[in-house]
Amino acid sequence: MSLIPRHGSSIIIASFVVALMLTMLPLPEWAHVARPEWVALTLIYWCMALPHRIGVGIGWSLGLLLDVIRGTVLGQHALVLALIAYLTLQLYQRIRLYPLSQQALVVMMLVVMGQMLSLWIRGLLGEPPQTWAYWLPSLTSPLLWPWVYLVLREVRRYFVVN
Amino acid sequence: MRLALLALTSVLLMYLDHREHHLEAIRSALTVALSPIQYVMNLPAQVGNWAQEGLRTHASLLADIDALRQQTLIQQIQLQRLAAMEQENIRLRSLLGSSAKVGERMLIGEIIAVDMDPFKHQVLINRGSTDQVFDQQPVLDAHGVMGQVVHVTPVNSTVLLLTDPSHAIPVQVNRNGMRALALGTGVANQLVIPHIPNNADIKPGDLLVTSGLGQRFPPGYPVAVVTQVERDPGRPYARILARPSANLEQIREVLLVWRSEPVHAPPKAEGEGVEAEKTDGGDEPPGNTSAPAAPTAGAGGGQ
Repeated sequence: MSLIPRHGSSIIIASFVVALMLTMLPLPEWAHVARPEWVALTLIYWCMALPHRIGVGIGWSLGLLLDVIRGTVLGQHALVLALIAYLTLQLYQRIRLYPLSQQALVVMMLVVMGQMLSLWIRGLLGEPPQTWAYWLPSLTSPLLWPWVYLVLREVRRYFVVN
Repeated sequence: MRLALLALTSVLLMYLDHREHHLEAIRSALTVALSPIQYVMNLPAQVGNWAQEGLRTHASLLADIDALRQQTLIQQIQLQRLAAMEQENIRLRSLLGSSAKVGERMLIGEIIAVDMDPFKHQVLINRGSTDQVFDQQPVLDAHGVMGQVVHVTPVNSTVLLLTDPSHAIPVQVNRNGMRALALGTGVANQLVIPHIPNNADIKPGDLLVTSGLGQRFPPGYPVAVVTQVERDPGRPYARILARPSANLEQIREVLLVWRSEPVHAPPKAEGEGVEAEKTDGGDEPPGNTSAPAAPTAGAGGGQ
């Protein structure tokens, strides 16, 4: 237990709510497939910034919500986000030191891994996606990472979340 | 370790949800908790609609009213004939000793403008168990069958569309009554009709209607139009594609259907039984491809 008082839980929750909203945002068909994994990006940021507060359990719970929102089988995104949170917690000391472009590469690796796990689960359920477009979020997510990172960092500093 | 524990829980959850369907309560509770967010996300679309309605000119409204009046007139004339035909149908059925077709109750629902998983063909509608929506309820639009309800919460429910790869619907060819299954492919606006022999009497342009077998969809509603029939002598079955009649990509309003009483297995496709039996040997799909919790009951038999 750290002695630092915990500030700004509401800010963290709000950021996750925004991420969930962006996940639901109606988009045209072509953009719908390429939607970045907003929740995963937000989760990676908070795991990296506040590893003592945000971890596997929160990732898992968020994943469960994501499963409900996206209508997938319960536990699919939960497993994926728990894994992403775990890996981020293992790597956060290194990721913090990387420049933004390299961070984006790490994010890409995490998202690809999550999508692979997700693909595997879909395959087991007998409904594998038919097109290569399935992998587009792995490209769009790292592309948007620098902005997500900068915005969330400003938010965290402004509201002194720690 | 936490991760291992949570991973195990996830696997267990997936198993329970997919195989046993025990988790509807959890899903429903979480959906209700999330419904405020969904409501907020739907607001822009609603405002847009409202603005579109509010900003229309007088002339275009008048034109619309005119067109609708004409349409009603034409449809009323068709209805007059239909009423007589329905009476005749009931009389003939009673002569044959088979149960009459039952009436249906309908309710209009509206699609909530939130995106779900891009590789599962599902939509969210604003009717739930408070409107007596039930699991596996058939959903239609103005042009044909859309799909069926798969998750119900008190305030909204999820509809699985025909084109989802896990969806299958028992159909018959309207022209000759040949029975078949229409499976979703995961591709927008495309269904596949499997296990139809090469010599079967089916051709592009044929209308497929619900057969009512499987006891889930009411019989006689249009499902799809055959677009492509590929007969390769090297393959045991023809490759048949169809396009759903319903406007799955554009609809905003949907119709939920209730049957007023359960159907007692109407011997429907009996008249054309000879032909159907002859050409339709593969009706019972051996190893229904990739439809594990296939939302179709026995499609071939029908009691």
